[in-house]
Amino acid sequence: MIKARALTKRYGKKTAVADLSFTVRPGLVTGFLGPNGAGKSTTMRMILGLDVPTSGQVTVNGKPYAAHRAPLREVGAMLEARSTHTGRSAVNHLRALAVTAGIARSRVEEVIGIVGLRQVARKRAGGFSLGMGQRLGIAGALLGDPATIILDEPVNGLDPEGILWIRNLLKALAAEGRTVLVSSHLMSEMALTAEHLIVIGRGRLIADTSVEEFTRSASRNSVSVRTDEPWRLRPLLAGRGVNVASDEHGTLQVAGLSSERIGRIAADNRIALSELTPHQASLEEAFMELTREAVEYPTPHPPQANAEGCVA
Amino acid sequence: MSTETIRPPRAARGRVTQARVLHSEWIKIHTLRSTFFTLAFAVGAVLAFGPLVSFFTDGKGHGFQPAEWSLGGYIFAQLAVGVLGVLVVTGEYATGMIRPTLTAVPSRLPVLWAKAAVYAAVIWVLMTAASLTAFLLSQAILSSRGVPSTSLSAPGVTRVVFGTALYLTVLAVLSVGIGALLRNTAAGISTVLGLVLVLPILTQTLPTAVADNVFPYLPSSAGRTLAILHQESTMLAPGTGLTVFCLYAAVVLAAAAVALKRRDA
Repeated sequence: MIKARALTKRYGKKTAVADLSFTVRPGLVTGFLGPNGAGKSTTMRMILGLDVPTSGQVTVNGKPYAAHRAPLREVGAMLEARSTHTGRSAVNHLRALAVTAGIARSRVEEVIGIVGLRQVARKRAGGFSLGMGQRLGIAGALLGDPATIILDEPVNGLDPEGILWIRNLLKALAAEGRTVLVSSHLMSEMALTAEHLIVIGRGRLIADTSVEEFTRSASRNSVSVRTDEPWRLRPLLAGRGVNVASDEHGTLQVAGLSSERIGRIAADNRIALSELTPHQASLEEAFMELTREAVEYPTPHPPQANAEGCVA
Repeated sequence: MSTETIRPPRAARGRVTQARVLHSEWIKIHTLRSTFFTLAFAVGAVLAFGPLVSFFTDGKGHGFQPAEWSLGGYIFAQLAVGVLGVLVVTGEYATGMIRPTLTAVPSRLPVLWAKAAVYAAVIWVLMTAASLTAFLLSQAILSSRGVPSTSLSAPGVTRVVFGTALYLTVLAVLSVGIGALLRNTAAGISTVLGLVLVLPILTQTLPTAVADNVFPYLPSSAGRTLAILHQESTMLAPGTGLTVFCLYAAVVLAAAAVALKRRDA
């Protein structure tokens, strides 16, 4: 269980995190979502006591992280994949961390097996690919068999197989009753992995909701309707909460009515339809819509909302 | 849930203690190749210099002194000791390793104490062994060539041999402190080398009256008093010199501790 209360961090005049309050509950995967520069990493650093909040506070399992006597048993964290001395082998890196909590050598070998690095465990970490670095970071987070797991952008640099692996790992960890907080700037990835979402933009809370609820409220669904008699159909569809637009070919874009309802209205009025296509806005579009105001480094022409294209 | 019932005793087992952090830093220091190469250079310099000089000297050179000359390799060793001491800390900042390190030990200070202690212990053991070996080898070579030599039983000679290693050991602690204070490899190494090599030379450019009052208190000259057989009258007594040098190291390490505790990692 992670609880943040009015968490604020300023670096000089720049406010990285502003008055952020949220609770991360055990037993489910919580996605921590926001555009680059939204304050996700800063928040995670504050959770782990690496950065001291300017004001507000955050506790892990009831105490500030640094107050825990056996921190590795409480929280396992990976902040950035490249957080390993490049000259040390994976196994020695993990051993150095493990002994601080009296964790046995056998557990080091075990987590190396879990993340699939057995073949390269004795190679220097400096030669690892980004994906292997991620796996080593995750191995470090699992060392203490902790009740709470915090991972910053764990899917970055992983191949599709790796992404699937981490998705299943996170779900399994949550199913064991652990608290799992995972940051990402990819809405589509979180939609598949997380059950709960905390969305921030420019350091402020935008949404704290279930994935289901978020999808429902944020998606702007519409239906394309084509008919030879748009002038007849259009007034029949008009009503509260319904928005009808038409393009130059006479195709109507209807928001606020289901395709079933539109079809029924057309049939009742004997209007022939040549097309009736429901469109669901993707989660990525919904996320971009929601955070448009809060993007730290906007591009002049927003790129296509496309999961693969965003992995940079 | 079953995991909940197992957790409390496990957490009790996972406590961070100073001894465990010492173990961790020991693993860190001996699992890097850079440690091996740098220390091999330091040991090699001490072992090679004295015997080499002893092999060629006729014992009539200006200021020839069989004990001190046999340990002249310290000049090179101190560079390696200073550089590696800085790297022990700044290497973690440069690679990002400092984040997992401080996440594992959130109280932070045990990490600094452990780094200083482990590194100082390694330097002390290696440099004592190297100094002693270099001294004995050199004296054997000198006497075999009929050049005046000395022995450990001569007055002050043991102090010089073990004092050389002690100077390098305290320098090791000072370097770790400087690394932790500056957190940047280039800045840290420049500072240590400046302190040991440049500052004594700069001081010599001061008016003699001033220089005579400043020079003895420089870290390197105070620390070296233990390793010099016959002090000039302007220098500090060996015991006082060592104390002053230790104070430098202690002050820097304390400043580093305050900074480590207060700064964002």
